[in-house]
Amino acid sequence: MNDRIEKRVELAAPISRVWRALTDYREFGEWFGVKLDGPFVPGQVSRGQITYPGCEHIKWEAVVQKMEHERLFSFKWPHPKSLDKADYPLDYSGEPSTLVEFRLEKTATGTLLLVTESGFDKLPDDRRLEGFRRNDGGWTEQMKNIERYVTKTS
Amino acid sequence: MAAGRQARAPVFAALGDETRLLLVAKLCGGQPYSISQLTRGSGLTRQAITKHLRVLERAGLVHNVRAGRERRFRFDPRPMEGMREYLDFVSRQWDQVLSRLKSFVEA
Repeated sequence: MNDRIEKRVELAAPISRVWRALTDYREFGEWFGVKLDGPFVPGQVSRGQITYPGCEHIKWEAVVQKMEHERLFSFKWPHPKSLDKADYPLDYSGEPSTLVEFRLEKTATGTLLLVTESGFDKLPDDRRLEGFRRNDGGWTEQMKNIERYVTKTS
Repeated sequence: MAAGRQARAPVFAALGDETRLLLVAKLCGGQPYSISQLTRGSGLTRQAITKHLRVLERAGLVHNVRAGRERRFRFDPRPMEGMREYLDFVSRQWDQVLSRLKSFVEA
């Protein structure tokens, strides 16, 4: 049974550019959609707030694992029991986590980025199912927001 | 989804064993089997098979049904489907995040 997610992306940018986008906390925040409190340091907890529309109440927390220059960036990522607004603030410590790894390889045209998220076998099943249900709820809420907006402006 | 409400042993852990995978392979045809039938030809003892079935039961992958005097074990694919749906959901989120990274570094 497959317990990990693997992605391969070809990027038309030099490896140094991709490395900076991944490991500079401000740049990471821009594309990931998170406002981080400070730089990534191996072995330390990175904290911040998700800025992606609809998810602004969600806290970002990860424990940085490895930063091997232009080769590997990894962090442990907690999958908390709840992402509902009602349950915040929530303590992430002790929550089961997955391992996220970004591996970089130089290619003729730019950079090959390999992303893996593993350790789903360590997550309790109810966590996964809650997560999925939560996502459904999130979309329903988004649809309502759009509806409200449309009816208000029409 | 309702099955997810009960606290269960992780499905992945339940399937991370060769004997249990073989049991699931046998049971997933849909036909329920008794412990004797499952033990036969497995090279394992009845106790060992029973122990493995318990693990699968706790993960919600197997349910037992009474058939006359004996119990038969039936496979339930729902926990596996829930797991696949969750991985698909996380996978889609990665697709979105990585496409934003692509635009960001290629800009």
